[in-house]
Amino acid sequence: MSAAAVPVLDARVGLTVGALAVDATLRADPGEVLALVGPNGAGKTTVLRAIAGLAGLAHGHVRLDGAVVADPAAGVHAPPQARRVGVVFQDRRLFPALDARDNVAFGLQARGRSRADARAEAERWLSRFGLGARADARPHELSGGEAQAVALARALAVEPRLLLLDEPFSALDVQRRSEARAALLAQLADFDGAVVLVTHDPLDALVLAERIVILEGGRVTQEGATVEVVARPRSRYAADLVGVNLLVGARIDAHRAAVEGTGAVLTVAEPLPADDVVLTCRAQAVALFAERPVGSPRNVWAATVGAVEGDRDRVRVRLDGPVPVTAEVTPAAVAELGLRPGAPVWAAIKAAELAATPR
Amino acid sequence: MRELAAAFEDEHPDLRVRLDVGASSTLREQVLAGAPAEVVALADEADMDRLAEADAVGPVHRIATNELVLAVPTGNPGDVRGAADMARPELLVGLCAPEAPCGRLARAHLAEVGVTPSVDTEATDVGALLARLAAAELDVGIVYRSDLRRAAVVGIDLPGSPAVPHPIAVLRDARDPDLAEAFVALVRSPRGQAVLAEHGFGPP
Amino acid sequence: MSRPSRARAGSHAPLPLWALAVVGVCFLALPLVALLQRAPWRGLGDHLREPVVTEALRLSLVTATGATVLCLLVGVPLAWVLARSSLPGLPLLRALVTLPMVLPPVVGGAALLYALGRRGLVGGPLHDATGLLLPYSAWGVVVANAFVALPFVVLSVEAGLRTVGTDHEEAAATLGADGWLVLRRVTLPAVVPSVATGAVLAWARALGEFGASVTFAGNLEGRTRTMPLAIYLELQSGRETAIVLSLVLVAVSLLVLVPLRDRWLPG
Repeated sequence: MSAAAVPVLDARVGLTVGALAVDATLRADPGEVLALVGPNGAGKTTVLRAIAGLAGLAHGHVRLDGAVVADPAAGVHAPPQARRVGVVFQDRRLFPALDARDNVAFGLQARGRSRADARAEAERWLSRFGLGARADARPHELSGGEAQAVALARALAVEPRLLLLDEPFSALDVQRRSEARAALLAQLADFDGAVVLVTHDPLDALVLAERIVILEGGRVTQEGATVEVVARPRSRYAADLVGVNLLVGARIDAHRAAVEGTGAVLTVAEPLPADDVVLTCRAQAVALFAERPVGSPRNVWAATVGAVEGDRDRVRVRLDGPVPVTAEVTPAAVAELGLRPGAPVWAAIKAAELAATPR
Repeated sequence: MRELAAAFEDEHPDLRVRLDVGASSTLREQVLAGAPAEVVALADEADMDRLAEADAVGPVHRIATNELVLAVPTGNPGDVRGAADMARPELLVGLCAPEAPCGRLARAHLAEVGVTPSVDTEATDVGALLARLAAAELDVGIVYRSDLRRAAVVGIDLPGSPAVPHPIAVLRDARDPDLAEAFVALVRSPRGQAVLAEHGFGPP
Repeated sequence: MSRPSRARAGSHAPLPLWALAVVGVCFLALPLVALLQRAPWRGLGDHLREPVVTEALRLSLVTATGATVLCLLVGVPLAWVLARSSLPGLPLLRALVTLPMVLPPVVGGAALLYALGRRGLVGGPLHDATGLLLPYSAWGVVVANAFVALPFVVLSVEAGLRTVGTDHEEAAATLGADGWLVLRRVTLPAVVPSVATGAVLAWARALGEFGASVTFAGNLEGRTRTMPLAIYLELQSGRETAIVLSLVLVAVSLLVLVPLRDRWLPG
C-alpha cells in the first residue's frame, strides 16, 4: 500500500431516514472533486447532511483530515460548527435580512473576525466572483446565478477543508447550466480542499468530477474514476448516465445469451466471458426500421415505442419488448418512422456492437 | 338569606326563590336599570333611599341591624387591638370601597375616632375582603359582624361604631306583588327574625 | 419591490357570507355606538381632568407596558423551547402555556395570591427573607397582567418559529456560528413580525385585564386601580365617569392597534 496523503473525507454513512436505509462509504482526497450521483430519493442529500453534521449517524464514522468528527459507537458527534465543512444548499439559504456582503462576511464574523475585517474580505471574495457591484444587494434582488455565486463565496470564505454542493445547478435551465459549470470550475480553481458535488444530472458529473460515486436506494452501486465508470457502467442508472444500454444475460453458448426476464436471445461477436454477463451497447447502435430489415444484423426484433424524449439534436426512444433498450435517433427519423408511444417498430443491433462483461 | 329562601319554598312548594347576591351598590344599580326582581334587601339605608327616591320600591321595612367590627386572620398576626392599629403603615390594611356601604360607614367611623388608616386595598365587596383576611394576605379590615361567620376570621369589637340598619322592600315592578309581600312578611316574622339572629344580625 | 396586486375575491362572495359579516360588524360596533351615545359630551373636558381618570390611565399604560416587557422576556425563550427543542413532555408544556387563557381571570388572580402573596408558597419565604411584597403594589398588577397575557406572546412566537423553519439556522451552523450567534443574527430577526404581533396582543390583553389584577394586587387609587377596575367601580356608583373612562380606554386601544393592523394582515 503506497503512502497516500490523508484523505480529506473518509466516511461511512449509516442512517435511516423515513423508509430509506442509507449505508454508503465515501472518500475524497485533497484537490479532488467527487460527484455523488443517483436518482431522486437515493439518499444523496442525506449523506451530505450526515457529513456536514446536520444529521446524526446511526452507525459508521466520519473522519475529516484524519480526525474523527462522528462515530456513534464511540459517542462522538461534532456539531456542524466544529467541522470545517462548507455547504452550499440546494435552496442556497442566503440570509434574507443581510446583503450579499454581510452574507459572505457572516461566517468570518462567526469565527471571530472583526466586522470591518470580515466585510472587507467578503468584498474581495465577491469581486473574485465578479459580483463586486452586487455587494449591497439583498438576496431577493439577486438572479439565480448571482445567488449561487454568493452562496459559494459564503461557504468558501471560511476556508473549509471539505466543500459540499447539493444540486448546485438544479434551479437553472440547460443553457445556464453549462455557463454555471464553467463558472464553478473557475471559482474552485484556488480551492485546495476536497469537493463533493451532489447531482442527478450526469453531465455535471462528467464535466466537473474526477471520481463518481453512484448511490441507488441508499447503497453505493458503483464508484471509481469518471472515465472508468463511463466506460464500464455496472447498473442501469450508471448506463443511463452515460447513454449506454445495459442488459443482464445468461450464457446459452459461446456467442449467445438470453436476456434476463424476457428470454430473448442476443448474439454477440466476441465469445462470452462468463455464464452471467452484462451486455452493453451504445444507444446510437440500436437501429430502428419501419419494416423487418434484411441483411447482416443478427439481432432483430419487433418492439413497441415506450417513450420518446430528447432535444433538437438527439432523440432517445425507449423501446418496450423482448429487448428493453433505448435507441438514439435523429428527429427526422422520429417523423419518418412515426415514432410515438405505443407505435410498433423494428429494432436491430449488430452483434459487433454488443459488449459482454462478467457480472 | 338562603335559609329564608328555603323556608319560603317549603311554604310555597311550587315556587323557586332565586337569590341575586351582590354589594348593595351593585344591586341598587341593577334595580335602577330595571333588573327583574320582586324584593330587594340591602345592607344600608342610603342605597335604599336612592331607590325610594327613584320610586322603584314600595314601603321600606327594617329587618335587622348590624354593626361594624374589626376582622383579623386567625392568630391575629398583626397584633391588632383596636381601630388605632389601622393607622400603622407596616400592617396590610383593607377596607371596602367607599362606594359600598360597609366602606362608607367604616370610613365615617374611623374619621369620628380620629384614625387615618393606611389603606393598602379597597375591596369591591365584603367577600373579597374576607377572602384576603382569611388567607392572611391582609392583617386587618372592617366588616359587618354578620360577615364574620362567612370566613375564617376573628372579630374585634369596635366600641362606638354605629348600628347599621338593613332594609327590605318590594319592588314596584314586581310581577307578583302578593307573593313578594308574603316573602317580606316571612322575613319580618318571628321565625325569620330567629334565622337572622342565628346568622349574627341584631334586631331591627 | 412593489407589492403584488391581489385579485379581490370579495366581490364574488355569496350574499349570505356578506350578511353574516355585517352581523359580525354590528355585534362589535353596537356596544361602542351605545357608549358614544351615552357619553357626557358637554362635561367631557372636566371629566377627563378628574384624578381618577388620569391616575387610572397612567397606571394602566405603565402596567400594560411593563407586563408586555415581562411577557417578552419570559415568553420568547419559552416559545423557542416549544418550537426548537426536543424535550419530552412538550405537549404538556404547551397545554400549560394555554392555561391562563382557559382559567377565569379571577381564579388566576387567586392562584397567584396563594403562590406569591405574603403567605404564598413562594411569596411567603420571599417576603420573610427580603421584605418584598407583590400584592398591593403596581408590580403586583404587572405580574397579574403578565400572567394572563403570556400565552399570546408564546403562541405567536412559537408559530412564527415553526413557519420560518430551521433551514437558515442550519446554514449558519455550517458557517461556524454558535448557538447565541444563530439566535441573535438568524432566528430572532426572522421572527420579528411574530414577536411584534405577540407583543401587541399581550399589551391589549394586559390593558383590559380586571379579574386577576384586582384579586391579586388589590384596588387602590394610583397604585393598583387600573382603568378596567376604575370603570367597574364608577359603574357601581352610577357615575358618568364610567363612560368617560370606557371611551378613553377604547380610544387609547384604537390609537395603538390601528397603526399596527398591517402587521397582522400582511400583504
